[in-house]
Amino acid sequence: MASSVGRADARPLARLGSAARRFGKRESSARRRRVSPSLAIGALLTLALLVAALTAPWLAPYAPDQVMAGERLAPPSADHPFGVDMLGRDLLSRVWHGARLAVNMVVVSLAIAALGGISLGLPAGYYGGWIDQILSRLMDVWLAFPGLLLAVVVVARLGPTLDNAMIALGLMSAPGFYRLTRTLTLSARRTAYVEAARAVGVSDAAIMLRHILPNISSSLIVLATSRAGMLILAGGSLSFVGLGAQPPQPEWGALLATGRNYLDSAPWLAVYPGLCLTLAVIGLNLLGDGLRDTLDPRNGWRQ
Amino acid sequence: MLLRHLARRAVGSVFVLLAVSLITFLALDAAPGDAAQAMVGESASAEQLAELRQALGLDRSPLFRYAQFIGGVALRGDLGRSLVSARPVSTLLAERLPYTAALALTATGLALALGALSGIVAAQRAGSPLDLLLMAGATLGLAVPTFWSGLLLILFFALRLRWLPVAGAESARHIVLPALTLAIPTAAIVARLLRSSLLDVMSADYVRTAYAKGLSPRQVLIGHVLRNSLIPLVTVVGLHLGHLLGGAFVVESIFGWPGVGRLAVQAIFDRDTPVVLGATLTVAALYLAINLCVDLIHGWLDPQVAEGAI
Repeated sequence: MASSVGRADARPLARLGSAARRFGKRESSARRRRVSPSLAIGALLTLALLVAALTAPWLAPYAPDQVMAGERLAPPSADHPFGVDMLGRDLLSRVWHGARLAVNMVVVSLAIAALGGISLGLPAGYYGGWIDQILSRLMDVWLAFPGLLLAVVVVARLGPTLDNAMIALGLMSAPGFYRLTRTLTLSARRTAYVEAARAVGVSDAAIMLRHILPNISSSLIVLATSRAGMLILAGGSLSFVGLGAQPPQPEWGALLATGRNYLDSAPWLAVYPGLCLTLAVIGLNLLGDGLRDTLDPRNGWRQ
Repeated sequence: MLLRHLARRAVGSVFVLLAVSLITFLALDAAPGDAAQAMVGESASAEQLAELRQALGLDRSPLFRYAQFIGGVALRGDLGRSLVSARPVSTLLAERLPYTAALALTATGLALALGALSGIVAAQRAGSPLDLLLMAGATLGLAVPTFWSGLLLILFFALRLRWLPVAGAESARHIVLPALTLAIPTAAIVARLLRSSLLDVMSADYVRTAYAKGLSPRQVLIGHVLRNSLIPLVTVVGLHLGHLLGGAFVVESIFGWPGVGRLAVQAIFDRDTPVVLGATLTVAALYLAINLCVDLIHGWLDPQVAEGAI
């Protein structure tokens, strides 16, 4: 009797259960066999961003600071697909050059974050003990600054420029690289290849750099990819409130900050830079998620 | 057990907060143009500058001033005075905190409602076009910068439709657009997380066992499925509430919302160190307190944690 009552009520839940069996557990193994559509879209959008960044000086129709005084605030047209800004500069060309700044910002801040995080994470995981204790507590303090607060403090110290914003974002992202490097090094330390290297007398530094680092690098690359989208958002946020790139620079966040003053009369000034920024972040996020699901066996949402 | 764990966490938090204040103080203290320079401008003479520095106490050593500052905070809750308006920093913060709290809580509530609804619907129809649509929406929500979605919402709801005010904080209607802007990314995360953890839990052995011992689907849903799906959700929502506090300055700036974040950004431009310091410490303290609460709720939802698994 209980079972017949149960069956009547259970339909939505049973559906949920069978859906779970189809899409939950086996999803990752199915993905490993073929490229998922979201990974393909992510790779395509990221490629578009990189191509845009590389070709801006040659293919963009105008120079980013070229002024056409007669066409101030002209709406989008065949000549100016994204419209013209309040000084008479072609918005498409400015946004196109903005892709260069965005890619540059991601690369530089990721390099700072990876360099800092890895160079501290390797010894912490390899030696353990008090080195690990001190470094890990230090990172806890770092992580006690929520959101962009650490970046804001660093910019407050160094002054509001795009270069300083990149440094700030790099410092802000370092703990993520530290934690992953430390955890992976901790487990690599006990593997046969490290034991073997130690037995034949390889120095600690060489073991860390030449044996452990290459073996954990695929996970680090996945982490870097999945942080890239967040970094573009964070850099844009800093520039938008005036703590990053400054007005003549066609950085996307700075373009939006200008566009906001003309929201009623020339909305295209705010619409197009934001659209490009969003597409770039979607691309990098999808690529990061897809790579993690495909390459990293320790995938999942756990942090 | 839980009490001892909590006490240890609380003591740890105080030390972290001290370290945060030291880093922030030292970082801001040695900033190239100090507040005296910002107040008198570039044209002032060296004597005028030195006089003002002395009046503001900027001629003392950094460590002395840090000790003085921490002593004041610990003994009297005194965060110093603004170098620009000469008003107590604690008063400035007390004026702004209710606005920040109102915005963060409204946004979190909105994000939970939107995210939970789409997450549960998507999980029930996993693999359907509706699921695909909702998850595509979540991907978009995670990628869209708040400074763009905020401007688009203003453009559409305030300038075109004229349903809601553009900026300010005079009435309850003013909170709708900033809260919605801030809620979008969190709602996207909640939806994705709830969907995947519902799917995980539904295929877990203990759910089958619960059915096998004759529990009704409702009992299984409430007693087993939701409870276990909530555990990762509480952690992530708690973390995000903290990040909302640390990132709200962007949304506050778009909508002219008089919160702590805007106070801090303005203070950075003014080189008003005590205000930047006070705002940073307040946000960091709130963040640590939220993390402690998340731990508590976590322990209540997951008995393994309370029994000392961490």
